[in-house]
Amino acid sequence: MSDVELQHITKHFPGVTALDDVSFSIRDGEFFVLLGPTGAGKTTTLRVIAGLERQDEGTVLFDGEPVDDLTPADRDIAFVFQQYSLYPTMTVYDNLAFPLRSPLRRLPEAEIRRRVEEAAGKLRITHLLERKTANLSGGEMQRVSIGRAIVREPRIFLMDEPLSNLDAKLREALRVELQHLQKTQGSTTLFVTHDQIEALTMADRIAVLNHGRIIQIGTPEDIYDRPATTFVAQLVGTPRINLVEAARENNTLHIRSSELHLPVPEEIDLPATFLIGVRPEDVRPDPAGEFVGEVILTEPLGVETILHIQSGGQSLLSLVSGMSDAVIGDQIRFNIVHTRLHYFDTEGKRIS
Amino acid sequence: MATIELRQVEKRFGDLQAVKPMDLTIHDGEFVVLLGPSGCGKTTTLRMISGLETVTGGTILLDGRNVTWLHPSERDIAFVFQFFALYPHMTVRQNIAFPLQAQGESHEAIEKRVDEVVELLEIGHLLDMRPGKLSGGDQQRVALARALVRRPAAFLMDEPLGALDADFRETMRAEIKRLHIVQNATTVYVTHDQVEAMAMADRIVVMSEAEIQQVGTPAEVYHKPANLFVARFIGSPGMNLVRGHYADGVVHMPGADNHYSVPPDWRRVLDETFGGEGEVIVGFRPEAAIVSDEGTLAGQVYASDLHGAYTMLHVNMNEHDIIHIRSDRLVLHPIGTPVRFDINPEMVRFFDPRTEKAISREVGQ
Amino acid sequence: MASFVETGPQAPVTEAIRVDKVSPRSRLTRTVRALIVIIVTFIGLIPVFVMGITAFKSRADVVAVPPKLVFKPTLEGFVYLLTERAVLTQDRLAEAQAHIDELNWMQRIALENGQEITGPSDYVFRLKNSAIIAGVSTIVSVGLGLLAAYAFSRFDVPGKGDLLFFILSTRMLPAVVVTIPLFLMYRQLKLHDTHLGMILLYTVFNLSLSVWLLKGFIDEIPREYEEAALVDGYTRLQAFFKIVLPQALTGVAATTVFSLIFAWNEYAFALMLTSERARTAPPSIATMLGRGGIEWSAIAAGSLGFLIPVVIVTFALRRYLLRGVTFGAIRQ
Repeated sequence: MSDVELQHITKHFPGVTALDDVSFSIRDGEFFVLLGPTGAGKTTTLRVIAGLERQDEGTVLFDGEPVDDLTPADRDIAFVFQQYSLYPTMTVYDNLAFPLRSPLRRLPEAEIRRRVEEAAGKLRITHLLERKTANLSGGEMQRVSIGRAIVREPRIFLMDEPLSNLDAKLREALRVELQHLQKTQGSTTLFVTHDQIEALTMADRIAVLNHGRIIQIGTPEDIYDRPATTFVAQLVGTPRINLVEAARENNTLHIRSSELHLPVPEEIDLPATFLIGVRPEDVRPDPAGEFVGEVILTEPLGVETILHIQSGGQSLLSLVSGMSDAVIGDQIRFNIVHTRLHYFDTEGKRIS
Repeated sequence: MATIELRQVEKRFGDLQAVKPMDLTIHDGEFVVLLGPSGCGKTTTLRMISGLETVTGGTILLDGRNVTWLHPSERDIAFVFQFFALYPHMTVRQNIAFPLQAQGESHEAIEKRVDEVVELLEIGHLLDMRPGKLSGGDQQRVALARALVRRPAAFLMDEPLGALDADFRETMRAEIKRLHIVQNATTVYVTHDQVEAMAMADRIVVMSEAEIQQVGTPAEVYHKPANLFVARFIGSPGMNLVRGHYADGVVHMPGADNHYSVPPDWRRVLDETFGGEGEVIVGFRPEAAIVSDEGTLAGQVYASDLHGAYTMLHVNMNEHDIIHIRSDRLVLHPIGTPVRFDINPEMVRFFDPRTEKAISREVGQ
Repeated sequence: MASFVETGPQAPVTEAIRVDKVSPRSRLTRTVRALIVIIVTFIGLIPVFVMGITAFKSRADVVAVPPKLVFKPTLEGFVYLLTERAVLTQDRLAEAQAHIDELNWMQRIALENGQEITGPSDYVFRLKNSAIIAGVSTIVSVGLGLLAAYAFSRFDVPGKGDLLFFILSTRMLPAVVVTIPLFLMYRQLKLHDTHLGMILLYTVFNLSLSVWLLKGFIDEIPREYEEAALVDGYTRLQAFFKIVLPQALTGVAATTVFSLIFAWNEYAFALMLTSERARTAPPSIATMLGRGGIEWSAIAAGSLGFLIPVVIVTFALRRYLLRGVTFGAIRQ
């Protein structure tokens, strides 16, 4: 396993700048997630590291050595694609053995068999080895794809949204498997996704990417608790963070078009107008609550319920645990946890 | 508005039974979600109600009127498709007006009605654009407007949020539910996403293998799943299901030292069901497990992950069972460390592995 | 109607039942459809059928009016097709009839019509020419087409659009207009009436078709497959042979059949550019019309022999062909 470093990578495609001065480094054994919406440049970054795409500027280093002139094969990486990457004309066994049979490696067939069986065991696909890949379910296919990556010991695993084509249940199960596998093997992994849950749940560190630029790099806790911009704040967390305009007024913070007034925080220097972010779990219904609003919609999810609370012209989402018995039209009292508020300037940058 | 009634409706494609004979009544103004994995027959059912698919057997009644063999256009229903199905060569306004023109309404009446739905859905600024230029969310808003414009007796929606990005989906989910509350139109909504079903439905019809598994409110399917399929399918992750041997008020689960003492009110039910002892499946939701050092059940952390507001622990109880526990995000549980926990006695459920059905407390009394 | 009665509503209904536009497809309509298909197929096959029976008719039966459906089959047509004959004089005829036991079956058939066999005809030789020219040109054009199509599909070839259009443009003129210049050119290059010349010609003509067809097929194969192989430690060429080719087989089969049929059936160039050594079957069958009275049964026999190889190849590849031709349609 290796550490990987990107220095000032820029990549243009006709009409667009896919990557704009992207730099980050992945530590040996780290689970690093690139998170961003479609078109953010995540996949391009991955393809540049793999050598499938050539950057216009900047350098990619593995263990401190530039690899820009190496072919994909020579970089010794494993790539798990979003889909399609299993060879449909081969059996599962042959698919797993394929990287080991590469002319670069020339392993004896007995060694190949040993490694394939070991990988199959780890992923619980031993019973599928003799099947043709065309007859596998989506979850089984993606397990085999991951298996094809782990049969050899590459310097880094690159994964391009490997779970996004699976149904929700399988995605959950494979998320746990991947995380367990990565932690127990200590393999350096770069995982690309647009799904914030995948990023939060699996990553050691996350880099948030938008329009080809890095917006924030940090641990899942950093990203969730201290989002650098409103973009990041809205990207992670479900349901989405409440983002409201506010202004300073008579020693309180007044939330625009509502009757909500919050105390001015100490140690934070706030401009006259700014944005406040409130996570839905920090809007807490409480019979003795400080604020009052009307329930305009309830969304029971089982484990928790999303309440849409209208207060003046503002509507706030509140996440309460269990099945709430609030009914549409109810007047409800609630509190906002003052200590967990996020402040952003009108440009969307965090104020701290 | 309308009541929709299915009586022994079924569908076969050659030898394949796509929908087994089913009975279902959807009440006036109700929002019913057909939920199930792909291939369970939910979309076929919806298409039979719409008339886009013929039935192989049974009767469909709309407000008591037999519509089984009526053409879709004669059923007075509106259908919203997953891929919007907006006409690309028409503007948004023309798209919305199209169903009314088909009915030969006057120009003024059409104009007035279009303006009403446009206002309702807040899409006034899009009227002169073509669908190709719109975002997915806006396209689906226009598709909804086109469905609403004709004041149909019922709405049928086939995964209308399936083609949208995750953040749009959350917004549109709330919008559709709001719209339903305002319009109060009978709606049948098909999805494979249990979160969507829970959040939107008055009642959920859980389907699998061409059959109805359970019909109930979100709270019922979540807390009182009728069988193992529903228990697994609802919830994210689904219900933890651990198999064990029941005897004398205790379930012995595989794995060292895992003896679960059954809450007293369940003991008599289990004794009766199994005649003293037998194999049982214990079910509990991730939030029903409470981590504590004195817990009677034990396992090892297999993985743990942050979900924003909480942490999900994945715990290996034995080599077959990984269970999920929702825990406080502030307590760290590294992989491999032992965890002890208890199950909230209010939230435990039992299933009979022979029938895969839930064991009910009521029946036992 | 019958099926409706079986499955119709058992419960009281409030409005008259209508069974018009969406009633279940009855067995009757299905039978009618099948019948229509069978009839159309039958009509389409009539010429082939007539050709088939004509090949086995005697001279007299061929020209009989009305045409005979029941007749005594004979191999006369095949004997005429495969041999050169001379008319016997009266005394030679008597002599031959005296030694009839020593003659083989072909000689006997010739004798019945007062002829003797002087040697084999050039039909088999020309069929062989057809096979060589069509076979080799098909293999070369599909092979080259595959490589070109792959490159056009995957690489950033400069001027890709123009090149593709240019390739296709060779198909836009009727081929016949270039026969004269080609004839002159071929005579200069000494390619006239050679196998090589005809192979080159058919290859060039088929190449445009095969590049376009195969590019479509390769476009449909996700490039992730090759990229996975590249990352797994294979070169581009190895990835092409191990990954792309097996998946493009249906397309290759379809293209092969189309190319082969073109090269096998081609008439105009073969007539102009070949005379003896490299003459293919289509023009030679036509020339049989000219030689002293029309031997319809021989022509029919020749056409039948000419038809069979293509039918065999198409039949052998039919599984791929069907999938290949419908390939674009089954994708969303």
